Amino acid sequence: MCWPMWTGEPMPMLTVQERHEIHAELAAAPTKRSVASDVLKIVQRHHGWVCDEAVKDVAELLDMTPAELDGVATFYNGIYRRPVGRHVILICDSISCWIMGYHPIRERLQSRLGIGLGETTADGRFTLLPTACLGMCEQAPAMMIDETMHGNLTPEKVDEILEQYE
Amino acid sequence: MPLMEKPLTQNIRPGEKPPDIKAYERAGGYEGLRKALTMEPKTVQDWVTQANVTGRGGAGFPAGNKWASVPMGPDAPRPKYVVVNADEMEPGTMKDRVLLEGDPHQVIEGSLVCAYAIQADVVTIFLRNEYKLSAQRLSRAIAEAYAAGYAGPNVLGSPWTVELRLHVSAGRYMCGEKSGILNALEGRRALPRARPPRTAVCGLWGKPTVVNNVETLANVHHIVRHGPEWFRSLSHTDEGGTKLYGVSGPVQRPGVWEMPMGSTVREILDGCAGGMLPGRAFRALLPGGASTPLLAAEHLDTRMDFASMHKIGSQLGTGTMIVVDDQTCPVSLLLGLETFFARESCGWCTPCREGLPWVARTLEAIEAGQGHPDDMDVLDSHVNLLSGHNTFCELAPGAMMPLRSALKLFRADFERHISEHRCPWRTR
Repeated sequence: MCWPMWTGEPMPMLTVQERHEIHAELAAAPTKRSVASDVLKIVQRHHGWVCDEAVKDVAELLDMTPAELDGVATFYNGIYRRPVGRHVILICDSISCWIMGYHPIRERLQSRLGIGLGETTADGRFTLLPTACLGMCEQAPAMMIDETMHGNLTPEKVDEILEQYE
Repeated sequence: MPLMEKPLTQNIRPGEKPPDIKAYERAGGYEGLRKALTMEPKTVQDWVTQANVTGRGGAGFPAGNKWASVPMGPDAPRPKYVVVNADEMEPGTMKDRVLLEGDPHQVIEGSLVCAYAIQADVVTIFLRNEYKLSAQRLSRAIAEAYAAGYAGPNVLGSPWTVELRLHVSAGRYMCGEKSGILNALEGRRALPRARPPRTAVCGLWGKPTVVNNVETLANVHHIVRHGPEWFRSLSHTDEGGTKLYGVSGPVQRPGVWEMPMGSTVREILDGCAGGMLPGRAFRALLPGGASTPLLAAEHLDTRMDFASMHKIGSQLGTGTMIVVDDQTCPVSLLLGLETFFARESCGWCTPCREGLPWVARTLEAIEAGQGHPDDMDVLDSHVNLLSGHNTFCELAPGAMMPLRSALKLFRADFERHISEHRCPWRTR
């Protein structure tokens, strides 16, 4: 059982649905471990993050040791090995955004949310993470919330955008 | 007007959906692949070599030469692979996104032509995690390509069979490195591999593999359709074709444009991007991403191709320039760049893992007014230690490109931070 930090509710491990999706992924795979990140993403889609129990269960399905799989999981910044909020904000701090006003955007996000980089709000609504170039350089400064890109940001625009996320 | 001046962007309408397979075919799409299938694979390779397509991912290695080192014939190891590098993560680079979102079938057709030329069995498009719209549009285009018989068993009735896959990454700059991408696809940490052997001979699961950038591959079916001579005539220099150039930073119209290969910096910066924003003065630019050396105003008339940039001691990189103005503190600029590289270092080799954070911390201290005169020596020595062949891959040498040039170009600004114990830009 895994215990997300802010809800206090136990998280059941690999559901029937998840196992179904994982087996579909494995059926088309050249080797079992080649779908390691895809399978971790399936778990993350259902639970929001990947806990230690999930790593053990998935490792078994992929014929890997939990340590090997954790090595993969912790390499990729899109796999969360700690609980995250309902919405994940990826703020781009690469060079075009850095020049065009990353700092004021970060300051506004931090003061509005009351958290630093790598932290989650107490109500579990947002996690704020820095990210490498989002490829939105012509619309710098930019950020991504969940699956949506937001460009040409100003501190005022940040306030409006945050309102859209429950 | 010559036939198609801008082959790569002819079907791309900003703000509109990309052409579906019918619209793509109406515009001449998949004619290149049809023609390639009537040619000998070796002839397709030769045409691409004659067209002189330099690798658009940043290295500038001729694509034809890469393909020509793949073992061919009945005794060649199988399966053979094509990996489309759509892991666009070089800071300041947004050109492949334009192609992936705007005309996914073009990327697929080019990749299939490459696969035919090396007689590959599998094409895998390796897409970065954050390009959600590209993923959606590519998935649809792949399904359409299968349904039309351009991928799958016996492509268009020929004896050749090819599988077309999309792999969406889980993030990390190192995945775009030409051997890191292979480890990522094998389900490992995306660490670089030792070379030799070359990936063309021993790549994915030890089999022959061609790894090419999205923009590179988007060119090749046009070459097959219209010939290498036509392709070379599009360019101002020896390197064939057009190039997607980009500009970001404090300019009037940041964006991406298709121009003849070898257009000058000024044509792109002033002509396409409309020059600097009012009240901002030009100081320097990074010609093609974070891992390229800074250029000053004296180089604005240099052509943007790999050879011309190399000649003035810089690099074309991805061809998407980042403009630096007089209101940007040069030390902060370098701090931003080196913080990125320090964070993205995979940690495999010691100079990169230990050196880059040291550089970043030194720059942070200088920027905060806590620098020491010896810090300049620390930076100079890192530039030498982390360049050349002291590291396992090109990440750290790439990180030193902007630093080496900044220590020349902006030395006085660095020294002023140290002697005045403050950042002169902060008080403005």
